[in-house]
Amino acid sequence: MELTRGRVLVAGAAAGPVLRLAEPVSFWGGVDPRTSALIDPRGPAPGAEIAGRVLVLAATRGSSSSSAILLELLRGGRAPAALVMAEVDAILVIGVVVAREMGWPTIPVLELPLAGHAALEDGRAVRVTEDGAIVTA
Amino acid sequence: MTDLTPDERAMTEGRDGPAAAMAMRIVAETARILGAERLIPVTSAHVDGCLYHGDSGVYFVERLVELEGRVAVPTTLNVGALDLIHPERVHADPHATDMARRMMAAYEALGCAPTWTCAPYQVGHRPDPGEDVAWGESNAVAFCNSVLGARTNRNGDFLDISAALAGRAPYYGLHVADNRLATVVVGTASLSDRLKAEDAFYPVLGAWLGAEVAGAVAVIDGLPADMPEDRLKALGAGAASNGAVGLFHVAGVTPEAPTLEAALGGRPAEQRIELTPEVVRAARDALSTAPDGPLDALAVGSPHFSIAEFDALEERLAGRRASRPFYACTNRQVLRSLEASGALARIEAAGIEIITDTCIVVTPILPAGGGVLMTNSAKFAQYTPSNTDYEVVFGSLGDIAESAVAGRVVRDEAAWN
Repeated sequence: MELTRGRVLVAGAAAGPVLRLAEPVSFWGGVDPRTSALIDPRGPAPGAEIAGRVLVLAATRGSSSSSAILLELLRGGRAPAALVMAEVDAILVIGVVVAREMGWPTIPVLELPLAGHAALEDGRAVRVTEDGAIVTA
Repeated sequence: MTDLTPDERAMTEGRDGPAAAMAMRIVAETARILGAERLIPVTSAHVDGCLYHGDSGVYFVERLVELEGRVAVPTTLNVGALDLIHPERVHADPHATDMARRMMAAYEALGCAPTWTCAPYQVGHRPDPGEDVAWGESNAVAFCNSVLGARTNRNGDFLDISAALAGRAPYYGLHVADNRLATVVVGTASLSDRLKAEDAFYPVLGAWLGAEVAGAVAVIDGLPADMPEDRLKALGAGAASNGAVGLFHVAGVTPEAPTLEAALGGRPAEQRIELTPEVVRAARDALSTAPDGPLDALAVGSPHFSIAEFDALEERLAGRRASRPFYACTNRQVLRSLEASGALARIEAAGIEIITDTCIVVTPILPAGGGVLMTNSAKFAQYTPSNTDYEVVFGSLGDIAESAVAGRVVRDEAAWN
């Protein structure tokens, strides 16, 4: 069943449980590049690991080095299964673009306005399709 | 869809070599994802990607070197994770040290200038007003846009060096004239002249601005017209590290704000905020995570300390010596000037350890074991608790000098009441 549909920024297919973060997150200083755990005690879901999750982000903030953290996660096999962002983050997407150039694993990236996030219940198993649909797994 | 010119297309296909092709593909693909209609030529770059965060970034830049990449425009480098002049002052583990050294060497091999500073604008890298450039590092971006009037987005790591090799950046955001106009007006009429004459007011104002407006462009009204550059530097660093500010205006001071109306482009403001002494005081207090009390260390120089700032520190210390570890982070050019003028010997005799090429929140420098660190930098105040095992207390440069001598927090509250 199709739950919602995003605009494809980087195409790809993926599957995993949803991790939905309602508060802004900064990958640099907010995500451990080795384990993928959320490490900012003042940020959302501290301790949760983003590896293998369909990561749904309401907003991003902070450092221009967040692209470096995502690249490190991609090369180390600890990246989210897919990124779903309310608004395209100019810094984060560079991590995915560079990983592809380097021949490392990449992930699909979708833009999905905040109103669509309600359909993606936290923890629900979903699949992301090449054309941007998010369906029940 | 992003339109490439025939020239740009030829580059992606390898006309200028495989490294330029890879860089151009990264710039063009990022532009496509961001919805930029085209690319824009840039005349300089400042690269933040040279700080080690993990091995992947080292392999990326080494790939560009293997492909015989060369920067197409003058390019400066931000801090690395090592102090190459005083290597014993950084205590990173052997693997990180080795990889950080490889990374720094690779960026130099691409033709970047080994400036290793977050204040490139104070070592001669100063583009003209209206010039399109591709800079990284949040405070450098804020200064470049706001104080120099050149145009850059907040470029993420890897896009900065890619833009330097390709000589192009995605045309969107702050490259577009209309997006540079202020939408928020910040009034300061109810703040005292005494407060506006206090150095520490400016990083506090920046930190407040970043938290208040996030990424919006604001114009601040009612500040003294003869504002020293180091105050604008501190304002921008506070705003960029506490929010996503890439550009701010100060009416009558910064180049795109000869008047309040000009900064707004003749449009009505979407939001007006009147600052009060209480709000400023609360913003200052929010920069501290520990109560006033005994200190374990002090640090200045984020962004990197200038000659003028060293002069001011020496004046405040007035020949006295710090009783706690005291770090001043700066760049090689300033270090050489201090050596040449003889100031370096006096500064070291005052118990101040100079850190070059890097700083205390990006690599292990502070004494192990943690404690309380005092700083006059809003940016150090922002990153010290998450990046080190120290809590932080914020104060003015005068407070720093008195506290360094006393070994506990000493404050002059006159400006803030």
